[in-house]
Amino acid sequence: MKQWNRRKATVLILVISILFLVTVAAAGSQCSDAARATDFSRKNLLPCLEYPFGTDWMGRDMFARTLKGLSLSILIGVLAAAISAVIALVLGICAATLGRRADGVITWVIDLIMGIPHMLLLILISVAAGRGLKGVIIGVAFTHWTSLARLIRAEVMQLKESPYVKIAGKLGKGKWYVAYRHILPHLLPQFAVGLVLMFPHAILHEASITFLGFGLTSEQPAIGIILSESMKYLVLGKWWLALFPGLALVVTVIMFYLLGENLRRLIDPNSAHE
Amino acid sequence: MVFLLVAVSIVSFILMTMSPVDPLQANVGQAALGSMSQEQIEKLEAYWGVDEPPLKRYLAWAKDFVRGDFGMSLQYRQPVSKVIAVKLGNSLFLMVTAWILSGVIGFILGVAAGVFRGRLPDRLIKGYCVVISSTPAFWLALLLLMIFGVWLKVLPIGLSVPIGLEASGVTFLDRLRHAILPALTLSITGISNIALHTREKMIDVMESDYVLFARARGESTWQIVRRHALRNVLLPAITLQFASISEIFGGSVLVEQVFSYSGMGQAAVTAGLGSDMPLLMAITIVSAVFVFGGNLIANILYGIVDPRIRRGGNRK
Repeated sequence: MKQWNRRKATVLILVISILFLVTVAAAGSQCSDAARATDFSRKNLLPCLEYPFGTDWMGRDMFARTLKGLSLSILIGVLAAAISAVIALVLGICAATLGRRADGVITWVIDLIMGIPHMLLLILISVAAGRGLKGVIIGVAFTHWTSLARLIRAEVMQLKESPYVKIAGKLGKGKWYVAYRHILPHLLPQFAVGLVLMFPHAILHEASITFLGFGLTSEQPAIGIILSESMKYLVLGKWWLALFPGLALVVTVIMFYLLGENLRRLIDPNSAHE
Repeated sequence: MVFLLVAVSIVSFILMTMSPVDPLQANVGQAALGSMSQEQIEKLEAYWGVDEPPLKRYLAWAKDFVRGDFGMSLQYRQPVSKVIAVKLGNSLFLMVTAWILSGVIGFILGVAAGVFRGRLPDRLIKGYCVVISSTPAFWLALLLLMIFGVWLKVLPIGLSVPIGLEASGVTFLDRLRHAILPALTLSITGISNIALHTREKMIDVMESDYVLFARARGESTWQIVRRHALRNVLLPAITLQFASISEIFGGSVLVEQVFSYSGMGQAAVTAGLGSDMPLLMAITIVSAVFVFGGNLIANILYGIVDPRIRRGGNRK
């Protein structure tokens, strides 16, 4: 371990977590047929070598279903978090550069959205968007941007006071030019980290909302659907239906979290040289 | 704050009316609708309020709401205020327990982790927090249910009261027994956030000059924590604690669903799935009152905990 300094270890963790997530996403999209195939000759099997996660009451391979569900969740989570982060970036910059009135309106909207409990707002939005896949993505995308927007706004406020931005203004550069050329590049590291750290939240909330039944149908085995189905069979002692898919979800979320934390460690100048 | 509440009601109303989900189709079903006469359908439309323009409906709703008439719940066929009173009573017990437990334990763990930074207790606590914050609350609830309800059979697997008993026959102990698992789940998930943030703050404090000076004077770790650190860490912890009301509310939606515990969260899900507008609106507003109220209390408490803010306020 002597040759491995912390930076190398961080990069290694980063690579491992990216590889894991890409593999799961790719493998999941390959086995959508296996996830749906029912075979009543092998129903309710305990986990064994052939079916590592066991099979359910319709003889569906839980391993394939979990993979499929995870890849679906990862895709939805990444998409929704990306939309959400872009909203945060645009609104955060607008709040800080467009003057006091725009700032007031945007912070007010942030307060408003933070005032409604997260799950409740998700339910409201997904009902408004007509449930289904679209409702889940829109719901997650429109509820997660607030804290990142606040962070970006504070950062821009600070940058606006910095000498080089003031000099650029004095040199007669336009507001948008300064925002684009001088402020945006400084925000990108923080934005990237904020984006990645948003994934775990997005995925967890996606799983929660599908678990409650606002999301997808049972033909599309999202991880929330799998767990809510398994809940009905829990009392009958079929513990593996709930245990393994949930565990896989936790591992995925931790991978995203590690990805974000290590990325932050690399990018953040305060800890880059530790 | 009143302004914000009005805005919350407008936003949630707009969201509800935007919904393309037809309440008739969702609740009556396609087949039943097809076999009904035009007259019956019109009656149902009037019941679900589909036939009036949105603005008129909102104003009528708001007028009644201000007077204290929350309307009729379409799903439970009872006045909304009655439904909420019952459900809130059930939930409040759960949420308050979880709120206090997670706050106190989270704070203690966070302080401990910050003091022993980088050593074994810190690693354990941090590892616990990371794992728990990546765990969906409903899965944790399922696990606990599996262990205590199905395997050990020591605690009931669901509902807020025993099955098959009259309301008068339910003792307080029964209620308590049914609330243990949901409250436990909520507390476990709530701890991690507060502990992690307190830890960060505690590390800042422990590296400060005044702690270094105190150590140079020969104060023990415990004295430093008690005299210098606690007050400084308490302030952000209070903010977090009151901000976590919203989180606990969201968590209770999931947890109540798993345990079939009849509380606010379950009512919200029923209302959402069944397009029960009056109930969902009322739940949104009641929960928003809690969240805003929490922020308000946090602001007042700042002044009590931190003398600098108190004096700053007076100078104005």
